[in-house]
Amino acid sequence: MKNRTYFLLIGLSSLCAVTLLGGCSTMVLLDPKGPIGETVRFVIIAAFALMLTVIIPVFIMAFWFPRKYRASNTDATYMPKWSSSAAIEFFMWAIPFVIVTCLAILAWSTTHSLDPYKPIPSADKPVTIEAVCLDWKWLFIYPDKNIATVNQITFPVNVPVSFKITSDTVMASFFIPQLGSQIYAMAGMQTRLHLLANEPGSYVGRNQQFTGPGYSDMHFQANAVSREEFQSWVQGVRQSPEKLDLERYEELSKPSRGYHPVTYFSSVKPDLFEYILSKYHPTSGENHGPMSSGSVPTHPRTDVAEAN
Amino acid sequence: MFGKLSLSAIPFDEPITMTAVGGAVLLGTVILGLVTYYGKWTYLYREWLTSLDHKKIGIMYIILALVMLVRGFSDAVLMRGQQALAAGGALGYLSPDHFNQIFSAHGSIMIIFMAMPFLVGLMNIVVPQQIGARDVAFPFLNSLSLWLTAAGGMLIMASLGVGEFSKAGWSGYAPLTEIEFSPDVGVDYWIWAFQIAGIGSTLTGINFIVTIVKMRAPGMKLMRLPLFTWTTFFTMVLVVWAFPVLTAALALLTLDRYLDMHFFTNTLGGNQMLYVNLFWTWGHPEVYVLILPAFGIFSEVVSTFSGKRLFGYTSMVWATGAITVLSFAVWMHHFFTMGASPNVNIFFGIATMLIAIPTGVKTFNWLFTMYRGRIRFTLPMYWTLGFIVTFAVGGSSGVMLSIPPADFVFHNSLFLIAHFHNTIIPGALFGFFAGFYYWFPKAVGFRLKESWGRRAFWCWLIGFYLAFVPLYVLGFMGMPRRLAYYADATWHPYLLVAALGVAVIGLGILFQGIQLFVSIRERRSLGDSTGDPWDGRTLEWMTSSPPPVYNFAKIPAVDDIDAFVDMKERGIAYSRPDRYGDIEMPKDTPHGLIIGGFAFVFGFAAVWHIWWLAVLAALGALFTVIARSADDDIHYVIPAAEVERIENERYRELASVAK
Repeated sequence: MKNRTYFLLIGLSSLCAVTLLGGCSTMVLLDPKGPIGETVRFVIIAAFALMLTVIIPVFIMAFWFPRKYRASNTDATYMPKWSSSAAIEFFMWAIPFVIVTCLAILAWSTTHSLDPYKPIPSADKPVTIEAVCLDWKWLFIYPDKNIATVNQITFPVNVPVSFKITSDTVMASFFIPQLGSQIYAMAGMQTRLHLLANEPGSYVGRNQQFTGPGYSDMHFQANAVSREEFQSWVQGVRQSPEKLDLERYEELSKPSRGYHPVTYFSSVKPDLFEYILSKYHPTSGENHGPMSSGSVPTHPRTDVAEAN
Repeated sequence: MFGKLSLSAIPFDEPITMTAVGGAVLLGTVILGLVTYYGKWTYLYREWLTSLDHKKIGIMYIILALVMLVRGFSDAVLMRGQQALAAGGALGYLSPDHFNQIFSAHGSIMIIFMAMPFLVGLMNIVVPQQIGARDVAFPFLNSLSLWLTAAGGMLIMASLGVGEFSKAGWSGYAPLTEIEFSPDVGVDYWIWAFQIAGIGSTLTGINFIVTIVKMRAPGMKLMRLPLFTWTTFFTMVLVVWAFPVLTAALALLTLDRYLDMHFFTNTLGGNQMLYVNLFWTWGHPEVYVLILPAFGIFSEVVSTFSGKRLFGYTSMVWATGAITVLSFAVWMHHFFTMGASPNVNIFFGIATMLIAIPTGVKTFNWLFTMYRGRIRFTLPMYWTLGFIVTFAVGGSSGVMLSIPPADFVFHNSLFLIAHFHNTIIPGALFGFFAGFYYWFPKAVGFRLKESWGRRAFWCWLIGFYLAFVPLYVLGFMGMPRRLAYYADATWHPYLLVAALGVAVIGLGILFQGIQLFVSIRERRSLGDSTGDPWDGRTLEWMTSSPPPVYNFAKIPAVDDIDAFVDMKERGIAYSRPDRYGDIEMPKDTPHGLIIGGFAFVFGFAAVWHIWWLAVLAALGALFTVIARSADDDIHYVIPAAEVERIENERYRELASVAK
């Protein structure tokens, strides 16, 4: 019994070590490329370290007590009636309480500082991208540039990107793991996300919320490039023969299967994003009663002043 | 005439499904054939199917749970196999439609039709005996709950061969489950299976609360309740609070789907966020419904096999109560990413972390129960130790997820999947196994063979780590849950390891099957004629194994938390009463079975829109309820002489052991 326990322990810990070390370069959450992701990584590591202060003593006691007090070890003290100790019980409640308090302080401050709705302070004007979840691909609109793309975004490095997100189908989640937070996309509602890449590169973005049969193909490229490259990329998109008018949008929004190839649109129907939001509010402009925030498009939350 | 049902509903073109259907039908036929061959139909009907005996109902619940465990595990094998193959452009052997049904069925079955029947089964066998009662408060309701749960399980099994199951996940998020996006019958199967079983669970909740509050033996004050009874009590409070919310949420979704209403639709004022809130208002307490009874089992097991009173009994009770209350204040941590404000998110984040405090307290209590004990390493103890170590990891990853910014990157990733399997498998399933091995001799009269049990345990434990550590890593690599195929080849090796882990767990399940088989064959040498095979501490060990139908010829008087230890020390554990009295017991009745049958037919008819049949089945159930209510002759009396005869036999057996 003893030997087997040790073998198991050694085997498991070496397995964990191998898997963890082997995957380091591809562990995107531990290799962030922007300030949001970097802070999140700090939070994760700090929380993990704090949890180790509980896990390690538990592990030690879970191996030491059964070994020492095994029935065959008749030398060990045996106190069948001993069942309480004010001191031990005090620490039993106090230690987890202290750890949770530390965690709560960390969580409180970072929840506020990393609020996805909060713009990232920067001297540069953010690039605004409107993301729309369709079955089963992502449509991205650059309202300031009057261009749109499918399954690819490009933005300048070190410039904040301000996302406005919605869905023209079921609930989805917009996520670029290496840049940080994700946020849901819901029809008729607009959610916000602010990200920034501080290293050029091509990152994988994906839908993180199951949306049906084409879900596995809902990934996209997020390219962080220099300002010059961004300008030439915009020019390139503007060369595209495709235009995103209402008719083309209706066609695009129909369910498609398989990975939808990257597509560029040299122009977009003005206010297409607002149109997509308003589709779900046929009576927009009327008073919806006390539950309505009064402004259409609606928002999953009403306490936030519109950023940008 | 048959609504949407036609022969094309049977998936003849799906070889994997048809193999599973064929296997299930074949197995069913063999079992029915054997019952017929040995002429056991009357026995089965009289002694089991219509029984109101809480111990037999408990055994039937556990058989249901074990069957469903195999079904749910088969789904896991198919999923892990698919993801092990479908890498870097390969599509694997499952179409997305089929894969989506499998993960939806896996979650639904494991939670509602494996874990729930398992825990309710153990409670049924144990709780009345632990509190010194002869049955539960409402024996008929108990039988009805069983058959409603079984009807729900049958519906899921039917979806395998007739039509399809939901493709929208076990949580069934609207609007994906709305008729616009899921026009097929799968979601309806999911709704009615949950709905019917959920009503059974609510009734169980009421039943056990009343049982524990009203039927305790004299002297058993609340603070002398065995810990398993305490956790059962809190669990059932959770059930009664939470399940009606699920019932309501599913009812609203049903109205959307069947009557074109708009509670959760995208359009016409529907609100999908409302569904998600309602679902998790039930869903989070539900995970504590699964885990709290297991915590109770671990407490009993650790105390018994350390030969020592449970450390910090009062702390344990309060910790359980704290978890019960807190579990209703954390549901929003399932969707921090919905766009709520930081203040809302952090409220639920901190509430979630707070649960770690009572949970930590419990862990330390178990550890200090072992401290200065005399620990016997029996099977229940193996599972308990495996739990303590593994659950510490799972609980910690849960605390990490409770921090909203961390959740913003972990949400819906395989890290989340690893986390909740890392809590539910050791936290609930290991506990149920510990309870299964612990109370098996009590329920059927012989122990399960240790050797095969230990092999099974090591397979489960090692398999668990192999299957889920890679999933934690994949979470850090950005892999989301529920992918039918993926392009990123760097994920592939980890999914291969995870698939290997599932194979090792499969070996564990196989060994458990062998263990059952071998133990039944060697039941004489493994037999327990004392009724107290483990040197137990609580009242259930006072009775014979298996106990007589009335449990206690004379209701015991309780003076201590470890009531039976106290009696043994005072030498009155086996003292006989001066004389025996008549005992009144509930008469067996087929009404629960019949209502369960009607519920299944109703669910099936509703799924396929066969309205005449649905109406008939509903009326049938209603009239059965009325017939049962009008039946005044629901008790029978075991005369004192018969009680004396049974007890004499018990004492003869005890005396022969003592020699």
